[in-house]
Amino acid sequence: MNQAMLDNSLWRNIYCVLAGDSAQCASRDYSAGLLPGGLEWLAFLLAAAAIIGLVINGILGGVIVLIWGERRLFGRFQSRTGPNRWGPWGTLTSVADAVKTMFKEDLVPADADRILFNLAPILIAAPALLVFSVIPFGVGTYVADLNIGLLFIMAVTSLTTLAVLTAAWSSGNRIAILSALRSVALLISYEIPMALAVVGVIMLAGSMSLGDIIAAQGVPFILVQPLGFFVFFIAAMAEMARAPFDLTEAESELAAGYLNDYASMKFGLFFLAEFMAELSTSAIVTTLFLSGWRGFDPIPSQFWFIAKLIAVLFVIIWFRMTLPRLRVDQVLKFAWKGLFELTMINIIVTAILIAIWPQPTTGQLWMMAAINWPVAIISIWGVSKLLGTPAYDKPQPTAEAPTYPVASESIPAGSVLGAEKGGD
Amino acid sequence: MAIKTQPVTVNLGPQHPSTHGVFRMRVMFDGEEIVDVEPIFGYLHRGSEKLAEERTYTQIITLTDRMDYVSSMLNNQGYILAVEKLAGIEPSPRGVWLRMIASELQRIASHLVATGFLLQDLGALGTPLIYAMRERENILDLFEMLCGARITNSYLRPGGVFMDAPDEFWPALDRGLDDIVNTIDELETYLSGNEIVFSRTKGTAVLPPELLINASITGPMLRASGVDWDLRHRAPYDYYDKISFERILHTASDNYARYWVRVQEARESVKIIKQCIEQIEPGEVRPSFDEVPRLIRPPAGDAYAAIEGSKGELGFYLVSDGSIAPYRMHVRASSLINLTLLREMLIGGQFGDLFVTFGSVDLNMGEVDR
Repeated sequence: MNQAMLDNSLWRNIYCVLAGDSAQCASRDYSAGLLPGGLEWLAFLLAAAAIIGLVINGILGGVIVLIWGERRLFGRFQSRTGPNRWGPWGTLTSVADAVKTMFKEDLVPADADRILFNLAPILIAAPALLVFSVIPFGVGTYVADLNIGLLFIMAVTSLTTLAVLTAAWSSGNRIAILSALRSVALLISYEIPMALAVVGVIMLAGSMSLGDIIAAQGVPFILVQPLGFFVFFIAAMAEMARAPFDLTEAESELAAGYLNDYASMKFGLFFLAEFMAELSTSAIVTTLFLSGWRGFDPIPSQFWFIAKLIAVLFVIIWFRMTLPRLRVDQVLKFAWKGLFELTMINIIVTAILIAIWPQPTTGQLWMMAAINWPVAIISIWGVSKLLGTPAYDKPQPTAEAPTYPVASESIPAGSVLGAEKGGD
Repeated sequence: MAIKTQPVTVNLGPQHPSTHGVFRMRVMFDGEEIVDVEPIFGYLHRGSEKLAEERTYTQIITLTDRMDYVSSMLNNQGYILAVEKLAGIEPSPRGVWLRMIASELQRIASHLVATGFLLQDLGALGTPLIYAMRERENILDLFEMLCGARITNSYLRPGGVFMDAPDEFWPALDRGLDDIVNTIDELETYLSGNEIVFSRTKGTAVLPPELLINASITGPMLRASGVDWDLRHRAPYDYYDKISFERILHTASDNYARYWVRVQEARESVKIIKQCIEQIEPGEVRPSFDEVPRLIRPPAGDAYAAIEGSKGELGFYLVSDGSIAPYRMHVRASSLINLTLLREMLIGGQFGDLFVTFGSVDLNMGEVDR
């Protein structure tokens, strides 16, 4: 029975209701538990199972809603209706899709390595769910508040690439392997700016625990750390391979990349994991930069968290709907030459500011924001000048532009129709 | 330690989301760089040219619709010009103006489709494509007013068109032209200044003009390299000599230039249609059946007529033996000929640019395979 579990109010409430007036709950005024005395171990297990079930099902339900919402938004962005047939405003479309996916034939290619092929969907779904175990959804609404929460998130999200590589290799498909190689290149390049971008946040909060980071945000860190937010958001988009970084799926190039040979619910798991990654990325951005569940009374903290989450999701979907895809070399160049420099600038500036104000109060955070914003704007402008594609000197030549003499001069007008051979 | 590597060959198509139909490529690539490309086509071959030998001259119009199915009106026009030349038919003026309006509208539709699909190949998830297609729908609505059909129009006949435009067509056309200009402005604000579009298309798949001319490539691909070659200007057919329009040229000859030329040409087509509306006069839309019978029997001989199609020079070569059906029909399919430089464009490029370059050719498998 460790302290981290006890600190979790959700878990503790269930445990104390079951176990009653045991040593850990004595101060909490639980007179009689549901279970007889001596069965604290059973209460422990039941409470843990309840929390796991609650979070997993909550996330999956959230994903179903997200898929519906994303498709509706796609429709709006593309000036069409979007799904609107099943249920009110098409809300049951995702459910119908899920049922359809489950009943599809489960195909396995003849060349596939069956064990790895079946393992990959599990490998990709598990880390996507694990991320949620450290995210505080509201006051006391979390599974565990690890003191290395941010490090845990970094480690777990990187596992996705392993699953992609497993899936691609085991399907025995060359296009899939190309997609997996791209995925690894993306991971290696974007993990570094992503990790460096949160260094500023860790310095300001003085902790890697997500609870402490939220507690430190008297001013949302998006205002104090604009450069960190910018880099983290882009790197997170690249990490989960969403447009404009969707190189691994690249529908117009690699068809579906590593998903090529998956069918039925195995494909469904990949699909779910993709949306769970979108959800978890938004949750992390909300926690690190938008002050998580903090808001003002009387609106409950969970509502604030979800409202900010939806705002971030909207921006991610907006990006996806609007921008074309970057090429692999451009994506890597952007990470190493652009984002890496920006994170370095951010770390140096933040370190100096922390040296001036070691324990920043809210007022000092505002002053940091006032210093950081001009730095962010100038450095982003500088990097865009450095990496941007220069326009054509004179992009709009008219008919007087240089013409190539051979074709334009030697073939007289009128001869193309071959007048002398026509059968009048 | 040196790692031993070897190029990998993959098959792309005919079932692939961005092969613009049923094109197939056997691509050999080393990492992300393309080493070799072997184009394979023929999956949509329907034998249109052979079928034409079994049909009367009027029936063949329906076959031409189905060749390049995103620019049926232009196909009709090319074929009709060849028949008129073969049989010596003098078209009636109103019919000619109407078919010029129809074919310029079709050119806009075709360029919009090309632009939309190019952006789709660039990885934009459908949004620009749907914006372009929405405008194409308006053009197809105009076609529906003209002839009742939207895609396989068969609107043109030897000597003109088969029926006059209804009264409500003209105000709808005026509105439609304004909408087209607005849509192109919208697309251009969205895309022409977009850093991702620009960085991905600038300097990719550059072709020198000499190579383009030697490969007899025509259309926007050629004009994007700075060669001023437009059959509407060089060898005017129909009444294009009574129209003044600007020839759109770009000198970069890369994927961006090809995209840019198409968008600007769509703007020019709007101006051409406006001039047509000014000059059109009431009258018969086709000669009477005494002059041009339903069953045309051209004298023995041959004729070649070419128009500036949406993808390049679209030519029809007809040989007559004096019967009701042509002895031989051959189509100079611009899509097929524009494909000849595909290897030169792709080899040495990035795998990610493969379908962008392919899309910038703007080919239509219905026309390639016929």
